[in-house]
Amino acid sequence: MTTVENSATRVDNSETPVVLGGTRGGPDVSTVRKDRWWISPVITVSILTSFVVYATWAAFVGKNYYAGSSLHRDLISPFYSPCLTASCVPGSTHSPTISWWTISPALLILIFPLGFRLTCYYYRRAYYRSFWWAPPACSVVDSHKSYSGESRFPLIFQNVHRYFFYFGLIFNVILTYDAILAFSMPGEGGIGVSIGTLILCSNAVLLWLYSLSCHSCRHLCGGQVRSFAKHPWRHKFWKFVTPLNAKHMQFAWISLFVVALSDAYIRLVASGTITDFKIF
Amino acid sequence: MSDVVMHVWRGDSNGGDFEEYTLPAQEGEVVLDVIHRIQATEAPDLACRWNCKAGKCGSCSAEINGKPRLLCMTRMDQLPEGEPVTVTPMRAFPIIRDLVSDVSYNYEMARKVPAFLPPPRPEDGYRMSQIDVERGQEFRKCIECFMCQNVCHVIRDHEENKGKFAGPRLFIRYAELEMHPLDTNDRRDLVRDKAGLGMCNITKCCTEVCPEHIKITDNAIIPLKERVVDADFDPVAWLGRKILRRTKRTPQEASVQPE
Repeated sequence: MTTVENSATRVDNSETPVVLGGTRGGPDVSTVRKDRWWISPVITVSILTSFVVYATWAAFVGKNYYAGSSLHRDLISPFYSPCLTASCVPGSTHSPTISWWTISPALLILIFPLGFRLTCYYYRRAYYRSFWWAPPACSVVDSHKSYSGESRFPLIFQNVHRYFFYFGLIFNVILTYDAILAFSMPGEGGIGVSIGTLILCSNAVLLWLYSLSCHSCRHLCGGQVRSFAKHPWRHKFWKFVTPLNAKHMQFAWISLFVVALSDAYIRLVASGTITDFKIF
Repeated sequence: MSDVVMHVWRGDSNGGDFEEYTLPAQEGEVVLDVIHRIQATEAPDLACRWNCKAGKCGSCSAEINGKPRLLCMTRMDQLPEGEPVTVTPMRAFPIIRDLVSDVSYNYEMARKVPAFLPPPRPEDGYRMSQIDVERGQEFRKCIECFMCQNVCHVIRDHEENKGKFAGPRLFIRYAELEMHPLDTNDRRDLVRDKAGLGMCNITKCCTEVCPEHIKITDNAIIPLKERVVDADFDPVAWLGRKILRRTKRTPQEASVQPE
């Protein structure tokens, strides 16, 4: 139905379904694909499940997350930084402590990096495909009888991604500070570089790359403007982050791996299982 | 050279099945060439839509070995050797006959996109900078093969969503208009409420099948989703609108179509 109004017409945007009728072509099977389309979901499920299991254990264990001056190091696990509670290991906290929090200090802060990754456009694609099977692969039937996507509760909350992005930037600053502190070698004098230093520096760099390549970042930098010509600086920012955005998937996986590696390495050093080798 | 075995879907709205055709392989052929040879030799009544044979008209969209592809741009030597090649019509749309689908749904949804709405023409005419022209060029590469629409599970696996979901091809159109510096309309609430942008769960199949390599998800759908966040889910942006006294357009207001 089209109505005329002030020399303009309105497009009919009622929700009346488009009635086409007819039978669909092709066989009624879940997919005609014969290639190994299931490999990608299997790999994604394996890696993400492993990470979640490890991260849950590491967050609840509440010890061996800081290698301090007794080991002549200043290395803190990214899962526990910033350490804000009264139960934090001495030396691991540089801020006023929260006394009412009695369980693991990691649980107080992990909601932010977790929320950032959970609502990330790339990870959404990964877990919708692999865990949700909506769909498991292209041209493979999805496993749900009805589908509303992210238009309703609870998935409509995926739209808060940009707020987790803002919090993620704060965490990046803190973890960069931790990486800088990792150059100090208490008790041995001065500044040095150890394997732990390199790991924490890599972690900080990769988290910055992951954050700056985020789709929300790209939008906020300049993607939201209608005219680049009227916003030359925002265009410059947009041009800077756009190539990073193209690598967002790679940064998402590598940074996830390095965060877990950082925690595992510091845990081994703090528990005395290995010694953090000083390079120079 | 050895033979090629083709399993081609034959049928219409009353049903159908695969038929097997075995032909001698010829070097340098694309799937459309083999279909034409089948028409010329064994099955003159095999229906297949095609036109340019150069990947630019978007007519010969079908599914080869289960994946949406252009028949004219899929070389036979890209497919697994020694295995039958399966050719079926696009799954998301009603079949007309054999490999020909009824793609009217896409045109119905295209009619619902409010057109470009520029401001009154200035005395010296409209002007756009090159950087703004370039931004929309990617979206204009679309050849309307509708393979992105076909592979999108929102309508492919859920017929009930047709009519309330515009689909990737038309999200490109919405994005192009929303990024146009001379357009004065605000389609953000429209694209959320009436075009079903929220139903897209960004699994990127549309981008994977696009023969023009348009980054549909990264450059059109996600930017649109972020614009919807600006409009509806960002309290900072809401406060900014209140202070600057800017208003959004409702879906009804955004549906204005210039004559």
